[in-house]
Amino acid sequence: VIADFLVQGAQMLIVLLTAPMLTGLVRKIKARMLRRAGPPVIQPYRDLVRLMRKEVVLADTASWLFRVIPYFIFAATWVASSLVPTFRTGLLFSWSADLIAIIALLGSARFALALAGLDVGTSFGGIGSSREVMIASLAEPAMIMIVFTLALVAGSTQLSTMAGFMESSAVGLRVSLGLALIALVMVAIAENARIPVDNPATHLELTMVHEAMVLEYSGRHLALIELSASLKLLLYLSLIACVFAPWGLAGPSAGLGALAVGALAYLGKLATGGFLLALFETSIAKMRVFRVPEFLGAALMLGLLATLLLFVSRSL
Amino acid sequence: MPMLAPTVVVLACAALLLVLAIAAVWIGRTRAGTTIIYGASLVIALTAFLAGMAQLLRGGVPADDIMLPLGLPWIGVRFRMDALSAFFVVVVDLGAATASLFAIGYGSHERARLRVLPFYPAFLAGMNLVVLADDAFSFLVAWEFMSLSSWALVVAHHRVPDNVRAGYVYLIMASLGTLALLLTFGVLAGPHGGYAFAEIRAAHPSPALSALVLCLAVVGTGSKAGLVPLHVWLPLAHPAAPSHVSALMSGVMTKVAVYGFVRIVFDLLGEPAWWWSMLVLMLAGMTCVMGVLYALMQHDLKRLLAYHTVENIGIIFIALGLGLAFKAYGMAWAAALALTAGLLHVFNHSLFKSLLFFGAGAVLTATGERDMEHLGGLIHRMPHTAFAFLIGCAAISALPPLNGFVSEWLVFQAILLSPQLPSWGLKFLVPAVGALLAFSATLAAACFVKAFGITFLGRARSSAASAARETDRFSLAAMFSFAALCLIAGILPGLFIDALAPVVQVLAGGRMPVQTGVEWLSIVPIAQSRSSYNGLLVFLFMVISGALAASAIHRLASDKLRRAPAWDCGYPDACPATQYTASSFAQPIRRVFGSVVFRAREQVEMAPPGDPRPARMTVVMHDPVWETLYLPVAAGVGYAAERLNHLQSLTIRQFLSIVFAALVVLLLVLALWP
Repeated sequence: VIADFLVQGAQMLIVLLTAPMLTGLVRKIKARMLRRAGPPVIQPYRDLVRLMRKEVVLADTASWLFRVIPYFIFAATWVASSLVPTFRTGLLFSWSADLIAIIALLGSARFALALAGLDVGTSFGGIGSSREVMIASLAEPAMIMIVFTLALVAGSTQLSTMAGFMESSAVGLRVSLGLALIALVMVAIAENARIPVDNPATHLELTMVHEAMVLEYSGRHLALIELSASLKLLLYLSLIACVFAPWGLAGPSAGLGALAVGALAYLGKLATGGFLLALFETSIAKMRVFRVPEFLGAALMLGLLATLLLFVSRSL
Repeated sequence: MPMLAPTVVVLACAALLLVLAIAAVWIGRTRAGTTIIYGASLVIALTAFLAGMAQLLRGGVPADDIMLPLGLPWIGVRFRMDALSAFFVVVVDLGAATASLFAIGYGSHERARLRVLPFYPAFLAGMNLVVLADDAFSFLVAWEFMSLSSWALVVAHHRVPDNVRAGYVYLIMASLGTLALLLTFGVLAGPHGGYAFAEIRAAHPSPALSALVLCLAVVGTGSKAGLVPLHVWLPLAHPAAPSHVSALMSGVMTKVAVYGFVRIVFDLLGEPAWWWSMLVLMLAGMTCVMGVLYALMQHDLKRLLAYHTVENIGIIFIALGLGLAFKAYGMAWAAALALTAGLLHVFNHSLFKSLLFFGAGAVLTATGERDMEHLGGLIHRMPHTAFAFLIGCAAISALPPLNGFVSEWLVFQAILLSPQLPSWGLKFLVPAVGALLAFSATLAAACFVKAFGITFLGRARSSAASAARETDRFSLAAMFSFAALCLIAGILPGLFIDALAPVVQVLAGGRMPVQTGVEWLSIVPIAQSRSSYNGLLVFLFMVISGALAASAIHRLASDKLRRAPAWDCGYPDACPATQYTASSFAQPIRRVFGSVVFRAREQVEMAPPGDPRPARMTVVMHDPVWETLYLPVAAGVGYAAERLNHLQSLTIRQFLSIVFAALVVLLLVLALWP
């Protein structure tokens, strides 16, 4: 039990510590592809430390809610991301929330962030919140449809069971899984406010969504929100890796060697995912806000189609 | 001495409430009248709640029949409290007790006291009697009593033109519903007139008659519950009543309608046919999405809440429809899961919807405003109300670790069992319903970001909002007790699921696995390896990690804080009108979904250069249900009335010849009848 406890603790620390690295890596690769030198990979850590040490400048009209929300978002995102198997399945607390609950935890974080956008009473916060909930209103159902697909294939909404099933030979090639993967990537892009849905680097008011909501945040609050955003990106990459590329994932009774292999494989998967994300982002332009519903509507339809296929035949 | 039977206690409570209603005509005139009436209602409702609870926790043992020599002489009036009734007694009286507590404070602002006080206890008594009734006659009488007393409360403020219209539409729809129920029981009782529920249960109607009963029951109970397209009265009538009554109508009376549906379809009607669930699921899925889309378009806080009740009724009926489907194919364990999900949502919704209406009532007393466009910034002026309202918003948006999430999670788990259903129609319908459910769940979150964000956050949009004062202690006590229950039901759902087991056992013929024995108090719908959820641990993890992060950062990094004007990209505007409003918040969603569903069109009217007139933007929206279903019917009735109007001014000879012709036709029909 103590070993299980340690593994769960290690997972919590690993996600927390690698998340900014992943963000830095994506930025670096993007910069290199654009023939820029780019900031060093560890730059996000420096930013976080700097932000945490700075004082918070709080708007006069901000309420207590505005100050609590960063901690809430961080807590929800951290808990969610430490329940997704990264290097080992069967984590000690993995059964306390299945995939639907993990999605809903992220939903809680988004709910809180959208409220924070409205709290100060500026028009930028409002624009961010209202667009965020519009995007979420399509992204989340699409995600639930993907969960349905995976759950119907694996016979469980529990991530550990799912990963175990996907690793076994019972999976085979399935149309529904292909559709679900495409949909999941689309949802992940939208949820993490990446190009083409949103641009994490922009401050142009007509286009921004996530950045508009957090515009009034500063100091340690901003640091927590940035960290949560990194954690969320990591969560989605881990999710895709654990379900669609479960190779190397250590089993519940694995020894130290298998754990090390699992950890290395995980880092490798993260690096690959980050590279693909950077590649995708540099090769595409941002969409208009009102094109986003079409993009996410496609994801929703793919998810629904995948689920329907499984209702027709369990082997599709 | 044997303990007093719970049925007798609840029945006595109902009788006391009726006495109280009559006494209120005189007590209401005194100065302490409000406190006395609501205080007495609180005590009585609490007693009934405890009795219902005792009955439910005893496992709903075959309850004793009570027959009173009232009503029609050869029928009598029968009452009985089985597990299902006991559960709904708990829901009704918990809501009633808390609403009475709220009203001790809230009701003192009432100007037209005598229009509210006598009808309030009568309304409570009506709801209790519907749930206890054990024969069709007393069920219908109690049902109609509940409708009429709530109608009186809806038109309590009859000087407001909107309220009169609401009362009118409500009366028509309630009559339609009762008519459908009357026919339902008429068909169920058969030609021999066995009106007692026990006799109806023993009879086995033919499939055609069962189908007829199902359709009639859907219309009868669905119109009271608010199933689309029978919901039109609900968003008019619920907000029109005083807020504690709105809370009861939305949180509790719709549940009594759900009780009616469950009682008739699951209990009285016998074995379901597979296609019944198709009908229920289709209506429910449509109800879900339409309800929340309507709610998003509102800027009246109470009307938004009322429309949102429609969505939750949809969720409950989705669960009930799934239960019907599983039951029709003999999958008792799956039916038990779906029914538990539905009934748990009944309970949860009664908690958070009442809580939200209490909050809206508190805002209404503090500011005199229901229109969100004139509110804002109330979190500074009413911090406690804001906190309780926030809990309600998060719970209704199905966010973990609160209770709304648990019941929706169970519905999703039930949906995931449906590939095992053999029918092809259901195989295609259920995933679509699942998508609609997921869709409405996220839109609900959007809706409540708007409701809370525009009302309580930001800066005050009117002087009334900037001068608001925190509400009284009684109202706060009512709100906080429900907020606490939302959290408890969210982190310890196993207790509630186990309490529902005897109810589900009777209706579905099976039950969910016992939850209280599961380690760490998780809930496990089927098996651990398949799915499990632990609200308690999720809650604890979040509290610990949030507190850990806060203390670490404050200790190790910085805890300094400075207040300054808002940044707003360098151009902060002091005027509160520059904030996002309720309608601007909903604009993206209106553009994406509303342009299809409501044919929403935006017209911008810009004055030419040099003209000092302000620019105008108008949004035109059409209510699809009202315009395609109700207006044609109303027009048809009007047309027929106009044509028949000529009959008034005929001569006596013409009248006599019409009578003669009618007689001949009737005799002919009788002669030709096979």
